[in-house]
Amino acid sequence: MKKQNAFELSAKIATRAAAGITIGTLVFLVGFILVKGIPYIKPSLFSFTYNSENVSLMPALISTIIMTLFSLLIAVPFGVFSAIYLTEYAGRGNKAVALIRVTTETLSGIPSIVYGLFGMLFFGAFLGWGFSLLAGAFTLAIMILPLIMRSSEEALKAVPDTYREGAFGLGAGKLRTVFKIVLPSAIPGILSGIILAVGRIVGETAALIYTAGTVAQIPTNPMMSVRTLSVHMYALSSEGLHMNEGYATAVFLLLVVMLINMVSAKIAKKIGGAV
Amino acid sequence: MSNRVKEKLMSAVFFTAALTSILAVGLICTFLFVNGFPAFAKIGPLNFLLGTEWSPSDTPPLFGLLPMIVGSLYITAGAIIIGVPIGVLMAVYLSHACPKKFYKKIKPGVELLAGIPSVVYGFFGMAAIVPFTGNSILSACILLGIMILPTVIGIAESALIAVPEQYYEGALALGAGHYRSVFSVVLPAAKSGILAAVVLGVGRAIGETMAVIMVAGNQARMPVSLFRGVRTLTSNIVIEMGYAAELHREALIATGVVLFVFILIINLSFSALKRRANR
Repeated sequence: MKKQNAFELSAKIATRAAAGITIGTLVFLVGFILVKGIPYIKPSLFSFTYNSENVSLMPALISTIIMTLFSLLIAVPFGVFSAIYLTEYAGRGNKAVALIRVTTETLSGIPSIVYGLFGMLFFGAFLGWGFSLLAGAFTLAIMILPLIMRSSEEALKAVPDTYREGAFGLGAGKLRTVFKIVLPSAIPGILSGIILAVGRIVGETAALIYTAGTVAQIPTNPMMSVRTLSVHMYALSSEGLHMNEGYATAVFLLLVVMLINMVSAKIAKKIGGAV
Repeated sequence: MSNRVKEKLMSAVFFTAALTSILAVGLICTFLFVNGFPAFAKIGPLNFLLGTEWSPSDTPPLFGLLPMIVGSLYITAGAIIIGVPIGVLMAVYLSHACPKKFYKKIKPGVELLAGIPSVVYGFFGMAAIVPFTGNSILSACILLGIMILPTVIGIAESALIAVPEQYYEGALALGAGHYRSVFSVVLPAAKSGILAAVVLGVGRAIGETMAVIMVAGNQARMPVSLFRGVRTLTSNIVIEMGYAAELHREALIATGVVLFVFILIINLSFSALKRRANR
């Protein structure tokens, strides 16, 4: 009995310690970045042109937003349409489906630097786009495709079959049923996938350095090289001269990530409440 | 009639969209292998994979990738040693020991840990870990150990939750204590899922680039000690691609090929494990 109690106690301590370490690390990390970064958030960080004097993050901020929009514009239609195919059209035992699943899983495991290499070789060199916003956006679009596909598929699967049967029963065709009935009820789930994708785009560095490049400028056309906030941080750290502005940028990125998590948690709650 | 045409057309559109991921994997493989192959041929596969000297600016240049392969393996192993025990224990805590009210506060924290960009981890590592352990293998292991935590926790937790409640209750009924039941009955029952968590953690660690570059020192030599610097496969690409040309550039793309093959092996074992866990 004594041995039993000793095991119970040590197991209790071990699991609590793991929880303490995890949460402690998170709190320390967030606190650390905030303390080091907030004092350096100054108006000069937000001027529209970057120079080594002001180390402005504004061009990177605007580029990040544009990059996110472009990547989503490319990836979302493909991702949602392929999810529609997988859930609504593909028959059971379809050979293409098995291959699609294997490749999607493969895509989701590929590290971002490999995406970066591929983007550089294919979009940059083969298609001749060089270092450009467009090459970066296409590279990121492939990277987030499995995420969008999976969340859309799950959202579509969660729509009860009675909805479809009801629509068919009222005489609607398959296409109409998909677009008017199934897709609208799946929107919250699809949206949460998109939000997670935004998080990945905003945090991405390795896939962008050799596709979109590292030039700190506000793009006026999609063939211009840009740097996103994450790339901006990496550039600052490798130059090593403006670490403080790097921490200020980190504060920004952290806030974006927190916002994304909060919104996706809200959506998840809404889905959970509706079903 | 036009309706039927529209139906046909759109189902073709959906099918085409679904082929994107096949096309993407095909293109990625083709472009990496075609561009990386010349380096294997020119340097010689054995010289490339087992050479211990990487000095592209020497005459003749030396492209031995072994230091980076070993570096990646060391750092990954270290991250697993640090991250997996904490992650699995945390998963046990979340699934079997945590009060519901607490869970609602902790779980978003773990998710936040997953969402923090790697450069931010890198900045944190540079200022909070490097001052103690230097630009070294150890620093990279600690930082990566933290970074794989959310991955390990997430998958291990769902594996633990998926174990039928009766297992736990049965153990309790036989007189085992709460933790004894969880550790001796529930945890072993979830072992495929937990192994899958470890494998996915390995994938994350070996593929991580930016955070590692910022804390590992990046010297292209065989690792000598935990407290000295090392370079990984991923860092090798990012650091030198900016100015590489010709054979050097091809050797870096071939570095990507080696990394890609590692990842494919890891992915295959992950999906095999997941299939076994679901059975």
